Amino acid sequence: MKFSRALARFALAIALTYLGLLAVTFFIGRVIPVDPVLAVVGDHAPEHVVERVREEMGLNKPLLEQFGIYVSKVLRGDFGMSVLTSNPVLDDIKRTFPATFELATLGILIGAGFGVPLGVWAAVRRGGVADQVVRVMGLVGYSVPIFWLGLMALVLFYAKLDWVAGPGRIDVTYEYMFTPSTGILLLDTAMQGQWEAFRNVFSHLILPASLLGYFSLAYISRMTRSFMLNELSQEYVVAARAKGISEARIIWRHALRNALVPLVTVITLSYAGLLEGSVLTETVFAWPGLGLYITNSLQNADMNAVLGGTIVVGSVFIGLNLLSDLLYRTLDPRTRAR
Amino acid sequence: MKLASSLLTRRQLGVAAAASALVLSLGTVPALAATPPDTLVVAFAFDDMITLDPGEAFEISTGEFIGNTYSQLVRYDVADPSKLYGDLAKSWKVSEDGKSYTFELKPNLKFASGNPLSAEDVVWSLQRAVLMDKGPAFILTQFGFTKDNVKNKIKATGPLTVTIETDKAYAPTFVLNCLTANVAAVLDKKLVLSKEVNGDMGSAWMKTNYAGSGAMKLREWRPNEVLVLERNDNFYADKSKPARVIYRHIKESATQRLLLEKGDADIARNLTPQDLDAVVKTQGIKTTATPKGTVYYISLNQKNPILAKPEVREALKWLVDYSAIGDTIIKNIGVIHQNFMPVGLLGASTVNPYKLDVDKAKALLKKAGYPNGFKVTIDMRTVQPVQGITEAFQQTAKRAGIDVEIIPGDGKQVLTKYRARTHDMYIGQWGADYWDPNTNTDFVRNADNADNAKVKSLAWRNAWDAPALYMQADAAVLERDPARRKALYDKMQAEFRATSPFIMLYQQTEVAAYRSNVSGFRIGSTSDSTYVYRAAKR
Amino acid sequence: MSTKPSMTVLEAGGLHAWLMSDRPASRKQAALGRAYGAWRTFARNHLAMLGLSIVVTLVLVAVFANQLAPFHPLEGDLRTTRLLPPSSVHWFGTDDQGRDILSRLIHGSRITLFVVGLVAVLAAPIGLLVGTVAGYAGGWVDALLMRITDIFLAFPRLILALAFVAALGPGIENAVIAIAITSWPAYARLARAETLTIRQTDYIAAVQLIGASPWRIVFRHIMPLCVSSVIVRVTLDMAGIILTAAGLGFLGLGAQPPSPEWGAMIANGRQYVLDQWWVAAAPGAAIFLISLAFNLLGDGLRDALDPKGVK
Repeated sequence: MKFSRALARFALAIALTYLGLLAVTFFIGRVIPVDPVLAVVGDHAPEHVVERVREEMGLNKPLLEQFGIYVSKVLRGDFGMSVLTSNPVLDDIKRTFPATFELATLGILIGAGFGVPLGVWAAVRRGGVADQVVRVMGLVGYSVPIFWLGLMALVLFYAKLDWVAGPGRIDVTYEYMFTPSTGILLLDTAMQGQWEAFRNVFSHLILPASLLGYFSLAYISRMTRSFMLNELSQEYVVAARAKGISEARIIWRHALRNALVPLVTVITLSYAGLLEGSVLTETVFAWPGLGLYITNSLQNADMNAVLGGTIVVGSVFIGLNLLSDLLYRTLDPRTRAR
Repeated sequence: MKLASSLLTRRQLGVAAAASALVLSLGTVPALAATPPDTLVVAFAFDDMITLDPGEAFEISTGEFIGNTYSQLVRYDVADPSKLYGDLAKSWKVSEDGKSYTFELKPNLKFASGNPLSAEDVVWSLQRAVLMDKGPAFILTQFGFTKDNVKNKIKATGPLTVTIETDKAYAPTFVLNCLTANVAAVLDKKLVLSKEVNGDMGSAWMKTNYAGSGAMKLREWRPNEVLVLERNDNFYADKSKPARVIYRHIKESATQRLLLEKGDADIARNLTPQDLDAVVKTQGIKTTATPKGTVYYISLNQKNPILAKPEVREALKWLVDYSAIGDTIIKNIGVIHQNFMPVGLLGASTVNPYKLDVDKAKALLKKAGYPNGFKVTIDMRTVQPVQGITEAFQQTAKRAGIDVEIIPGDGKQVLTKYRARTHDMYIGQWGADYWDPNTNTDFVRNADNADNAKVKSLAWRNAWDAPALYMQADAAVLERDPARRKALYDKMQAEFRATSPFIMLYQQTEVAAYRSNVSGFRIGSTSDSTYVYRAAKR
Repeated sequence: MSTKPSMTVLEAGGLHAWLMSDRPASRKQAALGRAYGAWRTFARNHLAMLGLSIVVTLVLVAVFANQLAPFHPLEGDLRTTRLLPPSSVHWFGTDDQGRDILSRLIHGSRITLFVVGLVAVLAAPIGLLVGTVAGYAGGWVDALLMRITDIFLAFPRLILALAFVAALGPGIENAVIAIAITSWPAYARLARAETLTIRQTDYIAAVQLIGASPWRIVFRHIMPLCVSSVIVRVTLDMAGIILTAAGLGFLGLGAQPPSPEWGAMIANGRQYVLDQWWVAAAPGAAIFLISLAFNLLGDGLRDALDPKGVK
């Protein structure tokens, strides 16, 4: 009984979050200084066409009514049509989100995979050369404009050294060798046994993913260092050393374990940020992802697409936050409710 | 330090190194040929493409798509746009009273689907455009076609004969030029009607599909990603040279350049002047340039009392450093042009009387009552070269005491403000809708200057009321003698240069860079005359 | 035990001794002493001092911009001085309008400091407050605050920017508000995570037993412990804030041209990255340097302020 009540309360909270997000986005969308009809009919269309299309799009109805219509459609699974692509928004998202997902996931694996150990190393070698090197390296990734890093990386690794494939997700020659099903090309090519195509996809993916990984690495390694320093100054570390436990065990098994709770927040925040899609990275690497989709739609006041994108991004944040909350409770008994 | 050495055992380090090496090797690409020889890869920014239906499409990229995949009754020769030739039409004649056009179609033509092409399809396509009445329909409806009368005005008077009746005796060149526009493309009636839903004339299906008869046909369109065209084997004239043309959507000029230099793209279409300069010096890359029908301008809202003064208007025209801008910011991508009609159209003037003259401007301002200048704002899109030109203008205007505040914004945002007439000054562009001098008379036409007018032309957007010029434009469109028509436009342009609230800046030149193993590629003066199917790769 | 209620500086034998005395006679003396001790820890950290000196230099440059800049930051000549590479005349070269980049950097430091300082001062305290309250209170307060945080986090930043342009008009001040509003949720999440681990500890329990009110516990005891990680995050964010301001500039919410704001300079230099690299490199390097300085400063502050006493 208590569990189902908690579940109901939880579902209500989520629903309210979505509703709030949608409502605010919707109303802002209707007051932003961009005329949505412009994207549909163009700048040269005669006025009577403009007025007619405005009426057809339902833009003359009162705001609340428009919002109500939208929500009722969403509840039925209809996210509307995108003006800019002439496709249902749902289809557009099914096309763009996997591209961003693939990139962001590989990116965070690189970022956390290197960032956490580097942060630990910096904490352990605190004040030394290693600490400073990790700091500077991280700062370069975080404070240098990402389009600059991206273009330089392309010039070096693609144009000059030929180590990786260029912009875009896959080469023209491999495109029709398999049928995309999930949209996550690494998975699709692997599942269909197309290993040549798989290598090509990976080769396209590795550079932008490393870029995003490098970007998140700075933050992750700094925060890891900070949390580790907190832990390493605790009494239990002294006690453990006195007991004769090996240093490596203390660092990895005990201190890091305890630093994981806030660290998990940091990593999920970074991941969520990457999943939102990075417009500049997608522009430089011609990556057809969610960032470009939402930005482009917003600049043209294609509100169906913007709202659809907002729902996706919102879901990502809500989902990841729930995940990290769950992880806290598993990792650290101290965080469980009293 | 005791801690460090025990941080990672040697075994763990070894494992990490091996893992990294494996990951890196996975990513290296085997040396594969850049692009297949029968496929042309074009790096092009086409995120403006929103629909594939010629009946409603108006954007530049879609124009190119339709030009390569559909046919019209007549088209103009890319080498000399004043000459028209029959695409689907074998011959045509105009009646004595100038209001009736009869076209004889070529026999045995087929669509890409295999369906035969007859007068029925031509007539239906034109009627459909008028009935749908979307963005580009005005190009046809300006000849007096309405939803009620179009079925009578555009008729098939034989299996291969089409008759079109206009409401007035327009200049025949005008009517024919308009029939070369994308909106007059011929659709496969049988195919499209088979996909009709709720009597929409197939418009829902046509947004993302193809029903044409051109040299190439549509293979796939992923919006903002890729557009693939294939050779149409049912094409009635010279077959497409490449078997396939792939347009890759690449927004960033530097990225397009890298792809071109590496050979992963054969043609790059959106390079900036800097990138063009650099790429031209590279071995194996050439460029081709064509003036387009797009002109850039700064406009002065006549609702602002200061800007409404004639001396102020003229003074501002002397405060732009045209030659410096022409040699730097728009080098290679534009030519200074101070008229509203782009060069290449019949009657376009090449007189450019203005240059930077701060003293003259100051004298004019003094005469207008502003010896110390004044404050004004300008709405600007945050794109190049528009931003560069605006900043340069801001500096030169300052020398005469005019304090220009720049209000930046995104494309549609600024356009929305402009269309609402809430700006002071605005910097923008206007492109030709069809290849006829009448197209840019939007700069002078303003029938009703009220806020809720039914026609919101460029002149209206700047609250400019110039009835004399308007009448001249109307007269010119009815003038059937080409020499007299040209003289009329000359007169209009001279008066426009002197009195209009538009500071005309330059005419766009479109440049493409291509690898030297590509031949036969040429940019058209309108978007629909850039024929990629004529480009061959060695 | 001394019965005298206060000790004067002279009696202690100098200011230093008075501050460092381990038997402070008044609360004020104790507080000042702690601050002085923190300063000494900070000063011993050479790198932190380096960071501080760079920041101080930046402030001085901003204040004396007019005297320091060799050229006018807003004037240039298209024909003669456009896109010149770095030379003895123009140390960092010139941009696409012919303006001297060094002068623009110097004048732009004012705007940059303004933006960065204001965002940090607005976003961090709000985030800290929301996060610690949510983490400590738990229950429906936590749920409500976290749902609000989620909404702000999930907002596409551009929507907010366009809304601000609509409501308040363009300009860098409004950009600051827009950035601050999208930044605080991250600090809140961070603070909450740390609060969750701290609230079960013994000394919090001890303070509760004494009868301290929840607000006092949050402000006096939990917040100070979360401050260090928030400081680290804020100093890291400095560069991100400047770059975000550049991104918003595309929508008109940012520095208006020809303002020499560093982020706008970088955005402008984007089209010249491959050949005229100095246009973007100079402001990029400046941003990196400031980022580094604040980062070192932040680390030093963290070490100095840590109530648990590091070392």
